Amino acid sequence: MMTALPDFALAGPEILLAAGALVLLMLGAYGGERRAGLVSGLSALLLVVAAVAVMLGREGTTFDGAFVVDGFARFVKVLVLIGSALAVVMTQRFAVAEKFFNFELPVLIVIATIGMMLMISANDLIGVYLGLELQSLALYVVAAFHRDDGRSTEAGLKYFVLGALSSGMLLYGASLLYGFTGHTGFAGIAAAATAGGSSLGLTFGIVFVAAGIAFKVSAVPFHMWTPDVYEGAPTPVTAFFAAAPKIAAMAMFVRVVLEALGPAHVEWQQIVAFMSLASMVLGAFAAIGQRNIKRLMAYSSIGHMGFALVGLAAGSEAGVYGILIYLVTYLAMTAGAFAVILSMRRDGVMTEDIDSLAGLSRTNPAVAYLLGIILFSLAGIPPFAGFFGKYFVFAAAINAGLYWLAVIGILSSVVGAYYYLRIVKIMFLDEPAAAFEPMGGEMKAVLGVTGLFVAAFALVLGPLGDAALAAAKTLF
Amino acid sequence: MSGMPLLTLTTFLPLAGALFILMIRAQDEAAILNIRRVALYTTIATFLVSIGIWTGFDPKNPGFQLTETAGWSGSFFAYRMGVDGISILFVLLTTFLMPFCILASWESVQVRVKEYMIAFLVLETLMVGVFCATDLVLFYVFFEGGLIPMFLIIGIWGGQRRVYASYKFFLYTLAGSVLMMLAVMAMYWESGTTDITELVNHPFPASMQWWLWFAFFASFAVKMPMWPVHTWLPDAHVEAPTAGSVLLAAILLKMGGYGFLRFSLPMFPLASYDLAPFIFTLSVVAIVYTSLVALVQEDMKKLIAYSSVAHMGYVTMGIFTLNTQGLQGAVFQMFSHGLVSGALFLCVGVVYDRLHTREIAAYGGLVNRMPAYATVFMVMTMANVGLPGTSGFIGEFLTLSAAFQVNTWVAAFAALGVILSAAYALWLFRRVVWGALTKANLKAMMDLSPREVAILAPLVVLVILFGVYPLPVLDATAASVEALLRSVHAAIDAANATASAGSLPLIR
Repeated sequence: MMTALPDFALAGPEILLAAGALVLLMLGAYGGERRAGLVSGLSALLLVVAAVAVMLGREGTTFDGAFVVDGFARFVKVLVLIGSALAVVMTQRFAVAEKFFNFELPVLIVIATIGMMLMISANDLIGVYLGLELQSLALYVVAAFHRDDGRSTEAGLKYFVLGALSSGMLLYGASLLYGFTGHTGFAGIAAAATAGGSSLGLTFGIVFVAAGIAFKVSAVPFHMWTPDVYEGAPTPVTAFFAAAPKIAAMAMFVRVVLEALGPAHVEWQQIVAFMSLASMVLGAFAAIGQRNIKRLMAYSSIGHMGFALVGLAAGSEAGVYGILIYLVTYLAMTAGAFAVILSMRRDGVMTEDIDSLAGLSRTNPAVAYLLGIILFSLAGIPPFAGFFGKYFVFAAAINAGLYWLAVIGILSSVVGAYYYLRIVKIMFLDEPAAAFEPMGGEMKAVLGVTGLFVAAFALVLGPLGDAALAAAKTLF
Repeated sequence: MSGMPLLTLTTFLPLAGALFILMIRAQDEAAILNIRRVALYTTIATFLVSIGIWTGFDPKNPGFQLTETAGWSGSFFAYRMGVDGISILFVLLTTFLMPFCILASWESVQVRVKEYMIAFLVLETLMVGVFCATDLVLFYVFFEGGLIPMFLIIGIWGGQRRVYASYKFFLYTLAGSVLMMLAVMAMYWESGTTDITELVNHPFPASMQWWLWFAFFASFAVKMPMWPVHTWLPDAHVEAPTAGSVLLAAILLKMGGYGFLRFSLPMFPLASYDLAPFIFTLSVVAIVYTSLVALVQEDMKKLIAYSSVAHMGYVTMGIFTLNTQGLQGAVFQMFSHGLVSGALFLCVGVVYDRLHTREIAAYGGLVNRMPAYATVFMVMTMANVGLPGTSGFIGEFLTLSAAFQVNTWVAAFAALGVILSAAYALWLFRRVVWGALTKANLKAMMDLSPREVAILAPLVVLVILFGVYPLPVLDATAASVEALLRSVHAAIDAANATASAGSLPLIR
């Protein structure tokens, strides 16, 4: 067993991305600035190819059980790859206009994506940490990518300092788990926890690991970095941060909690339920006063992660199913919303002021309609996608008997509806401001596809739900 | 069963019309006229299709008919449609009123006509869907989806304080209905289905019924609206454009009463029985208090809005008497109120279009210039008061006689509301229509145009027809209401039997 080579083919998509990233780096380094556009296009293509490879790939475990490819991992990996590909597509035009476009930017996104895929497949605490660090280091650089912009470098530094702190907490928690169970593999930890029962050391380990991961999904009370980094980072980077890394971290959270800490259900359920509740409530109330649309999206994403965590707090198959549906809808809504935010350019100057959307329904009706659908969906109003995500996570919570969590959570979604409605009101009810510059073709495509997906989600719920259910079953 | 998916067709035909209007790109006068025509033809076609439902409907069969089923979300919920004696009336009421709403907006809406018509057609799809859905989640999707077009209708084409009113409408209703969503989930996990036809036969534990009942109550009480959560209604009514007010009063409010009949009574019979006194109290307060409030209103639409709240009080009172007269009367009252309040808002719209104010004091002596209008307004005022010979009388009489059997005090206080309704309605009529025509700007008022006659005449005919010959409506509902009451009373009797047999007392 020790002599046999591990089954590399299972990690095929990751290896493909890693090799591809190196080739693209060479291409960029030797091709100079004029090749940057080509590198960007190839990066997007590479991510799509990797997504196809994930869909066609096999399932199983390798690297002595540290790396697992199952239905759950494949489902989430496809989501992450789509999210990253959309981010790459939406980056170039903006970055060129703001004069910070470099070939490293798409390559860094690809490298971060490799980290995310490792996080999703990690079945071992070491694997978790490796994936997380690979992702985070790339993200720190991306956040500070606009070097001449003070806000961007500030965002990068802030993200780095706080991210390093959270990584330390995660590592400390992992070492406690290892110390008290004698294993780093999830299966071993679960077996030891079942045999030995809960202990204070195990509980401490869970707390620190949960805190470290909560930072990555920006769950309250580890959310403080989110608004500042979202606002400071260049907008396409914010679009990237809002979708793929959140989804990957959420998937990792699910796997750590259910696979490794399943027996210590009582210990982590309280933590997750509290974080979920606090995120929903804070996300709803703190977003009300925001004038900057990127900050608003930051609080909105905090809230949405809170809703997804409701499914995790349930800790059941129905809960994981709910999370997966939620993540699909969240990805579509976030990408669509940022396609508009990235196009809020007037007289050559970007604006992030929500009021600049005034009267969009008359200056650009198609965009206003699609964004309106996405906003109603974010608020969780049927028949749009967001409603079904909320429905399934809350259904899981009810099934698990978490009534107070469900009631307070759903009421906070009513508060959340207020600030989404405010944007709808500004777009549809207010007198028009001057029109924005025309949207780029790729932005139109992203907005059109995501908007229609969100609008017609009820029609694709059947097949998509079947896939998500099959994926959720693999964890149980 | 005839092979044609009539319910789906009726529900989604307006949506198809909306998508067609979306395709019209031009913005000149001819295009706008086309948009109006497409909307009108779509609503008329929908009404014609819905007549097919009526002809295919067997009033003797108490169950759901013309049912359609399709897979949707695996084992969680499915696309299930069907109508019974209770819902078919509201389907027809909706499709019947829609063409009038489009006609009523023909001239009064001049800005953003395309969006306006799309919003109305989408709203029609959602309203018809609410009454056709026989799956809880599907019902919820239609029920809550209706908030979006109504928010835009009030917000874009409303009056002075339209933004405030649209927010209040949206958030009030949303807050009420999200709790119902949680109850839907709890019911799914308890019974394993969201099919309404199966849920009505599922005996929910008595302790659970209370919680579920209150969750549904939160939603329907706001929608109805019942005192004390009615405060969104006057604002929404006052600010909404005429056709929006018509739909709000005639259809959207009925969803609350329909929900009580469809869900609260058959699914939670024990809780409904126990909590009937609570509902009676709220109903009587609504009837008396909002009638008094209506007396002091200066705004025509606000007065009618408060009168709607009072009339809905009779509906809730009738529903929770749990006897035949009460339920039949409640359904009839809702149907009749749909016609009467719709017509009253249209009447207000007629003068509003001419003078652009809803203030009662701005009018007076209209009868001198507008005899036809005065006649229509008078018929509707009488129907609102509940004069025998109009449809308003049947509903009020049946619900009052039902309440009298259950609790004489409730009936006595509710009867007080009849007197008060005469006071505010007749006083409104006196101030607007009668008296001397002294105000200069009223002297140029024109009587009803042919378009307005076409809108109002059918309503007048129906109000009087159902007032003297209510049998078609009562016959349609009879079988379903009887079946509903049988199952409710069977559940209550069973619970009482086990209680008196010495086992765990289920109620009280």
